[in-house]
Amino acid sequence: MGHDTAEWVFVAVVIAVLVYVGVDSWIVQKEVEDVPADAEVIKVTGQQWFWSFEHADGTKEISTLHLKKGHAYKFEIYSRDVMHSFNIPDWVVFEDAVPGHTNHAWFAPNEVGTYPIQCREYCGLLHYNMRGSLVVEDDKS
Amino acid sequence: MVLELQKPRPVWQIMFSTHHTDVGYLYTITGLTFLFMAGVLAMIIRTHLFFPGEGVLVSDSATFNRIFTVHGLTMLFLFALPVANGIGNILVPIMVRYKDMAYPKLNAIAFWMNPVGGALLWLGFADVSWVSYAPYSIIRAPGPAADMFIFGMKILGISSILSSINFVVTVLKCKHPDLSLRRVPLFAWSMLTVSLMTLIAMPTYAAALIMMLTDRLGLSGFFNPFAGGDPIAYLHLFWFTFHPEVYIFLLPAIGMMYEIIPRFSRKPLYSQASGVFAFVMLGIIGFASWGHHMYSTGMDFTTKVVFMIGTLAAVPASGMHVFNFLATMWGARIRFAAPMKFAVGGIALFFSAGAGGVLNSAMPLDFISHGTYWVVGHMHLFLTGTIGFGFVAMVYYMFPYITGRMYSEKWANVHFIGMFWGTVQVFFTQHLLGLEGMPRRIYDYPPEFTSWTQLNQIATVGAWILGASFAVFLASLIYYSAKGKPANMDDPWGLGGKYYYPVAAKNPHGGHSGY
Repeated sequence: MGHDTAEWVFVAVVIAVLVYVGVDSWIVQKEVEDVPADAEVIKVTGQQWFWSFEHADGTKEISTLHLKKGHAYKFEIYSRDVMHSFNIPDWVVFEDAVPGHTNHAWFAPNEVGTYPIQCREYCGLLHYNMRGSLVVEDDKS
Repeated sequence: MVLELQKPRPVWQIMFSTHHTDVGYLYTITGLTFLFMAGVLAMIIRTHLFFPGEGVLVSDSATFNRIFTVHGLTMLFLFALPVANGIGNILVPIMVRYKDMAYPKLNAIAFWMNPVGGALLWLGFADVSWVSYAPYSIIRAPGPAADMFIFGMKILGISSILSSINFVVTVLKCKHPDLSLRRVPLFAWSMLTVSLMTLIAMPTYAAALIMMLTDRLGLSGFFNPFAGGDPIAYLHLFWFTFHPEVYIFLLPAIGMMYEIIPRFSRKPLYSQASGVFAFVMLGIIGFASWGHHMYSTGMDFTTKVVFMIGTLAAVPASGMHVFNFLATMWGARIRFAAPMKFAVGGIALFFSAGAGGVLNSAMPLDFISHGTYWVVGHMHLFLTGTIGFGFVAMVYYMFPYITGRMYSEKWANVHFIGMFWGTVQVFFTQHLLGLEGMPRRIYDYPPEFTSWTQLNQIATVGAWILGASFAVFLASLIYYSAKGKPANMDDPWGLGGKYYYPVAAKNPHGGHSGY
């Protein structure tokens, strides 16, 4: 019975690692959640089983979202029925769409291309097929 | 306890018995039966995902959703809980040197609720997923399956509360007066801890289930946003119960390893005190981390930080268990018989699952992994890798005592290699799939995502290996319980000395106590 030095050293090392993980993720998350002031708002609505988008100028899109390279965008995420989760895996955009709540996520694409959009919270029959795509285009203006 | 099975008895004598070893057998055998039933579902899921876009085995998503729901519910509530209760029933009264559980009839009632709850879950075959998030489970999930799910879970919840009361009273009130609580063996400590946790955690979910039922009936709108409710409330109630429940599944398996490791190391345990401390710490801290399942629901920054700290705080206590095992094995003359192999394999996988858990709890990383196959891999690494390995180790360990016969070490070895190999191949690969962005609970994925296809196929082959190893397990359990060589009951593994066997302490008024 009883502890000895080795165990205390072990526990201290574990705690040191955890403190590092905790502090580092605090710093990173603080940065991640700092939305740029000039971010353009895009309304994202999830419903069984597709995504629809509304740009700040009122343009509406279904399933395919067109954005410009080099701009910051802030998503306002809604749900019309059950819980969904708005996800663009390549850009680590991920936030639940909860009916009755407005959630936020933001990103600033800096590469042109087409990226998948998907739902990451189980939402019923066609959850697997609740997919869309993000098209990032060059800003010609 | 072996004597009871060596004289053949009609099965109804065991079924209607209230004796703790009989109820323990019933629990264990029921749990193992459900393990194989849910295992078949797992094989269907994995085989289906081998062929994207082809609808192999399961041709519609409705059926697929029902299959993964029932697979999860069965593995958690009809395998993990009953087997822990079964082994607990057999060993805890012996360890505290009492003639039976404190309330034998209550014990039998708690057991018999399991087949009833199990029948409701399987006959209903709901599609709500095991977390049954509102509002899907309220406004969209088809009845009567979802209602049968609610009643089935209700019954299983009551059963686990009843058996927890029984364990708490047995350990605290019925232990031998000469046995101080500090010296109670660690497996009994683990059952005491999880029973207290169940008593605190489970009523919350029981309330949430009733609220969900009245919501479904349209009588209330607790979680229904279209009737003024809030689905996030359901998530809080659910995870307040089921994050501690993670430890309720886990700790008995750790307790079983505490039985096995010192015996097969032929050395006393490194530290009883730190084992007790770590159990109690996990039991308390387990209640401080439920919010890490909800980072992405729109939780504010401060709340996320609080739950991250709560989650990380559980790690040192888990680490103390691992340290305790390693320090016990250090420099020991270890005998790697089947129970020891599974226990050591379980510790290795426990460590890797825990390391992955630290990454999950870090907020920025959680936004990459949450809701993907990473989480599937992570929690299966705990459930199969730690809990499964602990239980299997214990089944091999108890086998000679229960049947009076010896299993085959050769086939147990085949089982071990297959199970370890399979577990690593399926669940490590699923971590990678998660990093590739594949969401969990999906019926199908686009075949043109070649990295998803390849990783899924690797995982599926691993699952087949894992499944095959369990077929070996089942066959050898059945065959060697009837045809195995009679075991040397004093020392089945040739470890030397009776000291190592808790069964010798069965009779509180005589025999060797060992503790």
